Formats: sequence, structure tokens, C-alpha cells
Amino acid sequence: MEFRRVVVTGLGTINPIGNSIAEYWENLENGVSGAGMITHFDASKFKTQFACEVKNFDAKEHFDRKEVRKLDLYTQYALVAVKEAMADCDLNLESEDLTKAGVIWGSGIGGIKTFLDEVKGYANGDGTPRFSPFFIPKMISDIAAGHISMKYGFQGPNYGTVSACASSSHAIIDAMNYIRLGKADIFITGGSEASVNEAGLGGFNSMQALSTNNEEYATASRPFCKSRDGFVMGEGAGCLILEEYEHAKARGAKIYAEVVGGGMSGDAYHLTATHPEGRGAINSMTMALNDANLKPEDVDYINVHGTSTPVGDIPETKAVQSVFGEHAYNLNISSTKSMTGHLLGAAGSVEAIASILAINNQTVPPTINHKEQDPEIDEKLNLTLHKAQKREIRAALSNTFGFGGHNASVIFKSFSK
Amino acid sequence: MSDIASRVKAIIVDKLGVDETEVTPEASFTNDLGADSLDTVELIMEFEKEFNIAIPDDQAENIGTVGDAVSYIEENAK
Repeated sequence: MEFRRVVVTGLGTINPIGNSIAEYWENLENGVSGAGMITHFDASKFKTQFACEVKNFDAKEHFDRKEVRKLDLYTQYALVAVKEAMADCDLNLESEDLTKAGVIWGSGIGGIKTFLDEVKGYANGDGTPRFSPFFIPKMISDIAAGHISMKYGFQGPNYGTVSACASSSHAIIDAMNYIRLGKADIFITGGSEASVNEAGLGGFNSMQALSTNNEEYATASRPFCKSRDGFVMGEGAGCLILEEYEHAKARGAKIYAEVVGGGMSGDAYHLTATHPEGRGAINSMTMALNDANLKPEDVDYINVHGTSTPVGDIPETKAVQSVFGEHAYNLNISSTKSMTGHLLGAAGSVEAIASILAINNQTVPPTINHKEQDPEIDEKLNLTLHKAQKREIRAALSNTFGFGGHNASVIFKSFSK
Repeated sequence: MSDIASRVKAIIVDKLGVDETEVTPEASFTNDLGADSLDTVELIMEFEKEFNIAIPDDQAENIGTVGDAVSYIEENAK
């Protein structure tokens, strides 16, 4: 069966190092850290007191007062990123068949702040239930997809994907597949997360998943480095407009890249730890290559999951070497989480965008903050340390892995007719 | 304006994001002030909290305008 081709025609983001695509790329290229001491709440009693927060965001600039009360921060970030991407893709909503326009949006947790506030209110009361009627429709992790569809009138397939830190990669893969199969011509896809709050930080802290390097917070997200001690929590959203190629061509749309393959697998191993030999990661990357009909040698850049945890980074590099063999040494590998922190369910979307922009600019964004070689990581791998590197990038693969053992890999290719 | 009426008005302005001048006694929550069914439920809950009363669902259904809300609360608030 011949699949229809899928291209990227719009991008949008709000994340710890950029409130627009232009700002995001500039900071990616320059290796800017998005980390800072936490300002969203008083974190003085927490083991970790820093994060990669979104900066200079004022909900009132984007939403009216009535609207904003019904939107958890994760949905606010979603709508802001979508707005930029929709303006960027320049779609004429008047002339589109909106039943062929869908939304698939990922979030690992959804409205955790809403959940926290409502339950706190109940627990502090006398037992009389006074939950807001907006509690559930504000919190649930599919509601961002719902809000996006209402805003733009998209009436095609509409739902959320949930696979922890792989959520938005799964969203992108699903959207790609539905376009390939003709279920829709265009998708708003991506993901958002907003869990820099007491419950999010406290929960991940208890798992010992987060860096507690408060003194060196700016350089604490240091994937592959021997002295890394956990991931740094990020937040924000990334949006991609995926479109069937003929549809994009017919309306003269700008094309960033082609989405050529997706791979998905389950580790079937452990709640939070990756399989030590990267079993699931190997299967996911292999499936993506096969789906894209590419050989390992056709890929030039891998934007790794690389969270800055030993239990994640080491198996992932092993998996890359297992899949790519000798070609692994020709690849540029980088973890942009060293700059953005880990956006959890939104990670796949902002890293997909980093991969696409890398192709467009023929430049690999760096892995910053690396200080010391980890003996368990092959020193011959090019981890793109410290500085961005110019090179030919024909295709880029983006990996994301989520707690629960969910793995997803997406491949973007430089567009050619 | 009575104390109750001004407190009711303040809640409506805050929750529905409308202008104070729109909140007239005749104004209907759904037809004039842009409230949907969930907004209306939220308003009733806010009135209950503000005035420390319980408004049963069958009574709440009859509160459709600003004036309805003020009269109900005037009759039932302790």
C-alpha cells in the first residue's frame, strides 16, 4: 500500500529557552541554559529548588479573564504554542474542509496544578464537597486537544496521547499515520506540560529522578556527563502542523521537513528504569527506520532522550550503537534537554522541533554542561558537546522514552520533491 | 443597592468576566451574561460559599437572572 506523504508546515513553541520558534532556535544554537531557581512557588523545603521554567509568561496577555479560569496552565501553554504554529502555517480556515482537520495532543500528566488545588481545597474544608464544576474538564489530559479544536473549528480525529515523557512523540506519530491513511489532511499536534508545582516536583523528587544540584543549577542538566545526578524539570509546549504533501503543495505552503517514519515499543521491564541494554529503544529506532524506509547510514543526527540520568543515558547510547553500528560514529548526537530541561510529555514536541530546525539550518544544537567523560559511554561517539556544529543533515531521528517503558522515535527528513 | 445585591454582583463580575454595568437585575446568566451550564453551577456554588447557605438543585434551577439570585439569597441567608 502506497502511503500519502506527510510534511511539516507550521511550528510553534513556548518553552524554557524560547517564547517563539525564532527565540528557541537562537538559544538552542547558542547553547543557552533555561535553568533557574523556582519562582512558581516556594520550593525552600524541597530537595530540588530549581527547574527550567517558562519565562515572561503572562496569561492575561493571551486569554480573557473568564477564559483563563477554565484553562490549566498546561492548556494555556498548548494554546499559545498552537497560535504561533497556526499563524506560521497560514492556513485559510474559511476554505478548508475542517472535518479533515484533526488534533492529537500529548501530555504526560495534564492539569496537575488544578488537581492539587482542588483536592487541597477539599482536604482543608469540613468534608463538604465543593469541587469546582471546572475541576474535571480543566484537569483531564485530553482537554487541551478539545480546547484547540474549539478554537480553530477542527472537526477531524481529536484526542490526547498519554505515555509519560513519550506522549507528544506518540501524538506526532499518530497524526502522521492518520494523514498517511487518508483519515485527515491536516493535524495540529504536539504536546504540553506544566508540572513545576509542589506535587510535580515533590513526586519526582521522591522518585530520586531529579537533580538536586542546587548550587550548580544552571549546569545541572548535563546528559552523558559522569557527574550528572538526575533530570531538571522543564515545562511548556511545542506544536507542529502536519499536512498531507499534495494538500500543502496545492496551497503553496512553506514546508519545513517531511515526517517519514515513526517507531514505538514497550520495554516490558520496569516502572521507571530503562532496560539496561536499551531493548525497547533498539526496537523503537529500528521500527522508525523501517517505517521511513531508510538505512541507518541515511540518518545524520539523533536528538536523544538523554535526560541526564545514568539509568537512561547509558542504555540509550548503547541502543544507538546497536542500531547504527559503525555509522554511530558518523552521527551527531545531542541532548537538547541540557538546555531546555525535561519537558516530560511535551519533550517529544519541542525536541521534534529542534530536530526539524537542525535540518533547516544544517546545524546540530549542542549538548551543553558536559564536564567529565563517563567511562560507560563510548568516547568515540560525537555527542556535540558545548557548541553547535554545522554539518549536512539529511535526516534526523528524535527519541523519547517514558516511565512505564513507553518508547517512541520519529524521523524527519530534509524535504525534497 | 443592598449589601447582598452588591456581593452577588461582585461574584458575577469576577466569575463571568463581564462588565459591572451589564449585571442588571433582569440580566439572565445564560442569555445576557454568556454563562454556560458549568458557569451557572459555579455561580450557585459561589453564592452558597459567600452567604453560607445550601441551595438545593431544584431551587437552583429557578435562579436564572441576577434578580432571582438576589431574592433567593435575601429570603434564605441567615
